[in-house]
Amino acid sequence: MCETYKYNKEPTETNHRKICKEIMDAATSQKPWFGIEQEYTLLAQDGHPFGWPKNGFPGPQGPYYCGVGANRVYGRDVVEAHYRSCLYAGIRVSGTNAEVMPAQWEYQVGPTEGIHMGDDLWVSRYILQRVAEDFGVVVSFDPKPMAGDWNGAGAHTNFSTEPMRKPGGMEAIQNAIDKMSKHHIRHIKAYDPREGKDNERRLTGAHETSSIHDFSAGVANRGCSIRIPREVAAQGYGYLEDRRPSSNCDPYRVTAVIV
Amino acid sequence: MSKTEKQKAVLERYMRLPQPDDKIQCTYVWIDGTGEHLRSKTKTINFVPKTPKELPVWNFDGSSTYQAEGNNTDVYLHPVALYRDPFRLGDNKIVLCETYKYNKKPTETNHRKTCCEVMERAKDQHPWFGIEQEFTILDSDHHPYGWPKNGFPGPQGPYYCGVGANKVYGRDLVEAHYRACMYSGVNISGNNAEIMPAQWEFQVGPCEGIEMGDDLWMARYLLHRVAEDFGLLVTMDPKPMQIASGHGAGRSAKMGDWNGAGAHTNFSTVTMREENGIIEIERAIDKLSRHHIRHIKAYDPHEGKDNERRLTGIHETSSIHDFSAGVA
Repeated sequence: MCETYKYNKEPTETNHRKICKEIMDAATSQKPWFGIEQEYTLLAQDGHPFGWPKNGFPGPQGPYYCGVGANRVYGRDVVEAHYRSCLYAGIRVSGTNAEVMPAQWEYQVGPTEGIHMGDDLWVSRYILQRVAEDFGVVVSFDPKPMAGDWNGAGAHTNFSTEPMRKPGGMEAIQNAIDKMSKHHIRHIKAYDPREGKDNERRLTGAHETSSIHDFSAGVANRGCSIRIPREVAAQGYGYLEDRRPSSNCDPYRVTAVIV
Repeated sequence: MSKTEKQKAVLERYMRLPQPDDKIQCTYVWIDGTGEHLRSKTKTINFVPKTPKELPVWNFDGSSTYQAEGNNTDVYLHPVALYRDPFRLGDNKIVLCETYKYNKKPTETNHRKTCCEVMERAKDQHPWFGIEQEFTILDSDHHPYGWPKNGFPGPQGPYYCGVGANKVYGRDLVEAHYRACMYSGVNISGNNAEIMPAQWEFQVGPCEGIEMGDDLWMARYLLHRVAEDFGLLVTMDPKPMQIASGHGAGRSAKMGDWNGAGAHTNFSTVTMREENGIIEIERAIDKLSRHHIRHIKAYDPHEGKDNERRLTGIHETSSIHDFSAGVA
């Protein structure tokens, strides 16, 4: 993985890693951990979702999430090959599952500290596209590849600092949520490559998303901007899940703005 | 090389990549809200589990599996039965899980919890089971595999335990499944082609107590997963092909006459298996005869509505309305 610099030694416009690294270095004592749930859609070379009937649609969502069976999941071979490749390459991939829309999948990278989150996630995306190339299939990280009653794709970002992970850490979690609630627009702009324009198609308030216009937080509530997992609320410490980032976000920008 | 062959060759190459010793893939499998379909997802573990208890409790979004509504959708996965993974090989595992709601109660289709309690109480009886799981292979258009498109094969007769490309359809899938079951640790005891072409049966058992349910569900998961690799579908529907209505003059009365699929359950206790056990068997049948409706409701996921299409009194079935018992 490389950073890009111009002839005058300035980072290029999309080299967000440089600043991210500076921020992570400044926050080392907090030991910021991340886990990102990367969602994506497999497409055939004609741009239609892989496995979907040509010029048509599969039955409505319901049977596909974590499904098994040739009429429930499309493209498992790509997923299996990607998982094994990531393990081989040294990426901290922690799991995978079929998603709610058929031909949509998710894998998780983490928990990992600081700058490693962005590094591992970008390389895992490269490996995914490279593996899909071998299968003649296309990967889309677009946050809303199919308009209509079809789920979008996100990059839910789980986050914690050392104080949050200790008993009583709930206070630190609430403090963080409170701070973030005052910077919703700044985060939204950092959560996709088009200052929020891409995410607008996805964060509608339906399909287990929050609305892009409002900030909200809640326990075990998938319709919120930030969700506190049930077990975290029960034990009083742990981590929070920011559900806003788009599947095509730059994890260097996401992790930097959170920290 | 066909597109599918090429795809499988590509996958093979990736699956030959060595996996780090301290990274194990563990697939969590559970029954969803329908009570008949399975779901699964995988987690990386950094040790090789020897028992299901060593594995962490996980969770998922129950609103996507017909298991939760509204804002409280976390459903918890408790690993209960461990198997070797015949797809990823190595030390990778597949683990069958019970599902629990956020309030720690079992979900509506988690019948294992009660089954476990019942088996625990009856353990002195050493209840043994053997189930004959019948199923039908379908092509991607949902027509039975190997049947002529928009048509039917010749009437039943030559297919049961048949051999020959015009007698059995899908043997490759069945062979692969048998081997996968044996590798994973499922107690598979046999298989055979069934009366309807594209219909097959495998038997699991004898298993004692809770192992019957665990092994059979895992065998079904492996079957669906193997079928995926073949690009085929498997259905456990009890009557996938109905008796067709009249198709016109000259049609044999036997056309459209197709067997259903069951899960004949063989059962015994230690006393039944001993000398003069026949008395115990008769006693058990007598008890069962007085609870026919209760059993029928428990014998399919829709309180008997599915089985109604199959238990007609013909095609080697009893009528769903009456209880009867007899030798051979």
